[in-house]
Amino acid sequence: MKIFREILWPVLAVIAAFFVGGIIILVLGDNPLTAYGLLLSSSFGSLRDVAWMLHYATPLIFTGLAVAVAFRCGLLNIGAEGQLYVAAFATAWVGIKFGGTAVNIFGKEENWSWFSLPWYVLVPLCMLAAMVAGGIWGAIPGILKAKFGSHEVINTIMLNFIAIALVGYLTQYHYKVPGDAIQQTAHIGEAAYIPRLNEFLPFITHDVPLNLAFLLALIMCGIVYVFLWKTKWGYELRAVGENPSAAEYGGISPKKQIIIAMTISGMLAGMVAIGEVLGTRHNFESGFSADWGFLGIAVALLGRNHPLGVLIAALFFGVLLRGEIFVDAFTSKVSKDLGWVLQAIIILFVACFQIYSKGPRTRGKV
Amino acid sequence: MEFLSIFTFALLFATIRSATPLIFAALGGLFSERSGVINIALEGLMLSGAFTAAVVTYQTGNPYFGMFAGIIAGGILAFIYAVACIKFEADQVVAGMAINFLMIGLPALISVGLYDSAGSTPQIDKLDKLPNYFNSVSLASIFAFAMVPIVWYVIYKTPFGLRLRAAGENPEAADSAGVNVIRLRYIGVVISGLLAAAGGAYLSIGQSSLFTKSMTAGRGFIALAALILAKWRPVQVMIACLFFGFTEAITVEIQSAPWAKINGEPVPIQFIEMIPYVLTIIVLAGFIGLSRAPKALGIPYRKES
Repeated sequence: MKIFREILWPVLAVIAAFFVGGIIILVLGDNPLTAYGLLLSSSFGSLRDVAWMLHYATPLIFTGLAVAVAFRCGLLNIGAEGQLYVAAFATAWVGIKFGGTAVNIFGKEENWSWFSLPWYVLVPLCMLAAMVAGGIWGAIPGILKAKFGSHEVINTIMLNFIAIALVGYLTQYHYKVPGDAIQQTAHIGEAAYIPRLNEFLPFITHDVPLNLAFLLALIMCGIVYVFLWKTKWGYELRAVGENPSAAEYGGISPKKQIIIAMTISGMLAGMVAIGEVLGTRHNFESGFSADWGFLGIAVALLGRNHPLGVLIAALFFGVLLRGEIFVDAFTSKVSKDLGWVLQAIIILFVACFQIYSKGPRTRGKV
Repeated sequence: MEFLSIFTFALLFATIRSATPLIFAALGGLFSERSGVINIALEGLMLSGAFTAAVVTYQTGNPYFGMFAGIIAGGILAFIYAVACIKFEADQVVAGMAINFLMIGLPALISVGLYDSAGSTPQIDKLDKLPNYFNSVSLASIFAFAMVPIVWYVIYKTPFGLRLRAAGENPEAADSAGVNVIRLRYIGVVISGLLAAAGGAYLSIGQSSLFTKSMTAGRGFIALAALILAKWRPVQVMIACLFFGFTEAITVEIQSAPWAKINGEPVPIQFIEMIPYVLTIIVLAGFIGLSRAPKALGIPYRKES
């Protein structure tokens, strides 16, 4: 019965979103059934389509987990976008500096690296860079809230702007291949690449960049579950989210938990870089994120801030991200921005349905 | 002392221009938050005003129609937010972000439907923009500053203001004194939508001459920071907004200042763009300890029955 109730409201939110979205599509002069049909066929038409959909869902699993962990502590992390930007740049930096020679965008061999490390050292080092950089960027608003009481929503938004400007500067002035018109860094060395799943699974064609990061995302769902519900640290973090004053009375320091939660949240958001930089694009590019950090909020809320729910919700949004390209191309008026609208409606409905079920709420006055 | 050369009348006017949307939005936020409802949706409310004003001004050629329509759009959107927060007792921060996300996507969708362009609405004729006076002070700026004493009077000197503050400080006591807390909160949130949208409309038909996607660029959040900094008081809100307006205005000046060089090269634009955001974080951290929010802010009110 409890599980039924947990699932009922998110499902209703999705239905409501598609209903409102359908009206918008209709008003714009397209057929909602055609648009929604395209969504489904582009993700489930073939095994290749499924693989693409899983590829689109991968970053959302990480950002969804990131937002969920923070939310369990009563914090809304709107900074996952900035955290994953910083992490992606850091990951690319390690891959460039320790990856040996790489072929640049003009097809020439170039050596940007100080020295080259073997893959079994370099790949873990790159992953560590992603988590440390994301963790630091997440810790900043955590510390600001714990020490000064300034609200994480304002600070994470500001840090998003700062992160994007900062890595934009580093890319443009220091790590761009001279003559490259795109705001992107040089490529990482091949030793830093992580394998794509088409190397093991013959039914996935070579154009699908689905890579090991997807499996890592699944593992992280399990780890986050164990952390939140099977460890003392997770218990303390959730206790602060449910009732900070009761937690403090019970000997838990809410300030410490806020910093821990935001750091872990930032690390999880930063792990997006593992799949995107090491598995998919092999460099950092400004604007590489399809707003994954913000989508993570909808993913976490729709998934009831539970790792299993996050996984399911991430797959759902993976279908949207995979499909919106097709909807954009094959309908006359509906653009990719429909995703923002559906996402907003889902968040709004889930937030409204909370009145009927318990769950953590954000704390603090802004 | 070369850097002092940027402190000119031009900078003063630029500060007023930059502060204008912030003052509207922050004063709007004041109504909502004084009544007890967090307003993280200011960004989205501003965008709704900016978009509607740009479209209506372009279609009618009349900026006053545009401004009016923008304000109404903000009021309607704020009402939806109010229903979520007050009737459904939604998490106010979460619901506010939903409004912000909605206003990233919806204008772009409508814009494609109307003009086949998701990025922006068509350029408004120069003559159809809100008029400027005294060498580049917009009519909207004059209204923004005029709102400050009006809001002060309404909040502190009228029975409505007293009840609004009571709803945000101690709703139970206000209720037993016969104040309709729920209704006051609806009114507070809707007023915040009207004002924030006016600020947004100024951006699209006063400062600029078209709507571009997410053109508020975090101003709704900076306005919220200004409100906190000002301890939810109107005159201090104006001062805080002037400060943040100044940080934005100065970025433009620094970009063209002859002394702002590192090794003879201009300072990278990215660092200049960061200034308002970095200062917001620092100032918020430095002053929030002195601030005291309305006691019932963010707590849904349920009438005892």
